[in-house]
Amino acid sequence: MNWNLFLTELVAGVTHGAVYSLIALGYSMVYGILKLLNFAHGDVYMVGAFVGFGIITVFGGAEALSVNVWVLLLVMLVCAMLAGGLLGVMIERFAYRRLRAAPRIAPLITALGVSFFLENAAQLVLGAQYQSYNSYGWKGGSLWTSGFNLPSGVHVGLPQIIAVVGAIVLMILLTWFVRRTRTGKAMRATSFDREAAAMMGIDVDRVIVATFFIGSALAGAAGVFNGLVYQQVWPYMGFQAGLYAFIAAVVGGIGNLPGAVVGGLVIGLAQSFSIGYISSTFSDAIVFAVLIAVMVLRPSGLLGRAAVQKV
Amino acid sequence: MSGTGDQVSTDGEHGSPNGEPLLVLEGIDTFYGPIHILQGLNLEVRAGELVCLLGGNASGKSTTLKTILGIVEPRNGTVRLEGEDVTRRPTSYRIRKGIAIVPENRRLFAPMTVLENLEMGAYLHGGGSKEDFERVYSLFPVLYERRSQLAGTLSGGEQQMVAMGRALMAKPKLLLMDEPSMGLAPILVERSFEIIKQVHEAGVAMLVVEQNANVSLSIADRGYVLSTGRLVLEGKADELRENEDLRKAYLGR
Repeated sequence: MNWNLFLTELVAGVTHGAVYSLIALGYSMVYGILKLLNFAHGDVYMVGAFVGFGIITVFGGAEALSVNVWVLLLVMLVCAMLAGGLLGVMIERFAYRRLRAAPRIAPLITALGVSFFLENAAQLVLGAQYQSYNSYGWKGGSLWTSGFNLPSGVHVGLPQIIAVVGAIVLMILLTWFVRRTRTGKAMRATSFDREAAAMMGIDVDRVIVATFFIGSALAGAAGVFNGLVYQQVWPYMGFQAGLYAFIAAVVGGIGNLPGAVVGGLVIGLAQSFSIGYISSTFSDAIVFAVLIAVMVLRPSGLLGRAAVQKV
Repeated sequence: MSGTGDQVSTDGEHGSPNGEPLLVLEGIDTFYGPIHILQGLNLEVRAGELVCLLGGNASGKSTTLKTILGIVEPRNGTVRLEGEDVTRRPTSYRIRKGIAIVPENRRLFAPMTVLENLEMGAYLHGGGSKEDFERVYSLFPVLYERRSQLAGTLSGGEQQMVAMGRALMAKPKLLLMDEPSMGLAPILVERSFEIIKQVHEAGVAMLVVEQNANVSLSIADRGYVLSTGRLVLEGKADELRENEDLRKAYLGR
């Protein structure tokens, strides 16, 4: 067995999976509360990635960073999450809120429209070309070399560690928020039964805004993590990532948060192993085959429960 | 808090300062699309009163509650709470004014624990104080034992207790109950109404919506009877119990 190939693809799969999981969480949270597939979610991730890129530029660019790397990373993450969160809240306020009582097809089409709007606006403002985080060039490449080695010579660089550990930390924070805080509990209640939540005095509009903010902030963070590892950002990066994250959410059981994380990992691993062992040409087909297989065997997703009767 | 040792207590005052009834519905017309559901409904609940709203299926009982809560908006008419016109106010505002509801079919948050369900009841009071929980647990000791269990896994009777406990966590001035006897075994119906009586005696005003006229009139002060969206009878509970029409229609004797 070729351990080098196996471990390389495993590391790549887990890293991709972490990014997909973070995006999928936002998909699932919004779906849980509004039963809306927010197809603009992938583009929030793109905006987060560009905000991170902007911060690098502000601090002198990859070759001549004027601040400590950790300070830079922190500023990038905070700004990308805030920008993502605010963008998500604006999308909800201006695109979806008026359509809340409309038939479900109307907000769905609107979501596609918002997605096109964001992609084209980004292209207009930022240009259509790829930009690069160049994170492996920061501080003379020390970020890359300061990782650790797996057996058989597979190197895991610091950017990958930051992405995976960062994603795990955010997921733990989200779990704590949803389980322990008043707003988090209100989110769960609203997601289960919006009308009953309103009967408790929960301001459902505010819960929906909080959901969009948090879900979109996670997507913004995912944009930064992806840029750190894979360097490239461009206006259409949200399309593929958003689609994969959506598949991840469905595979895990849409509306279910642990499911989104598991689904993200499954999709990330399926993608990288099919690239490594079969062919990069067919990796999309294989990812969709995983989706179809899961839908056939477990229609409500890996961790999703079959629609529970409300009693 | 009044500190009288009541098991269930209101926020201290039992009436509003100007002697206004707690709840007034005036000339309410509610439509679902083109269908005229409530037709010129007038109804009031005074502080500390137990009022029942009777009627068969599709008589507009649930719509009345939804109108009181602001889940549906009436086309005409006003909803007043303690004299304030809340007709255009959102549900959360009305809950904040001191309404709580035990909804039809209980509507518990099934994937959340009993404790979390109770916390949601006291959502506007920071999730409930230790005393709030103690009061509910003393009324329903089994809820204390079940507090970390998921609400959806409880039996029907226990779920009814969670629904009532959840509503009482809000320390309401006015408690709305939508069909508390529905889907419960006769023994549990009896227990349920005992608790309603107990809560009422502690000074909470109640509006109980029921199909079961016998039981509800036996504990109510006053009653209204709805039929296809119109009030057909109203009066003191004991007078209604003697009413010939009502007997024929609902009491089956």
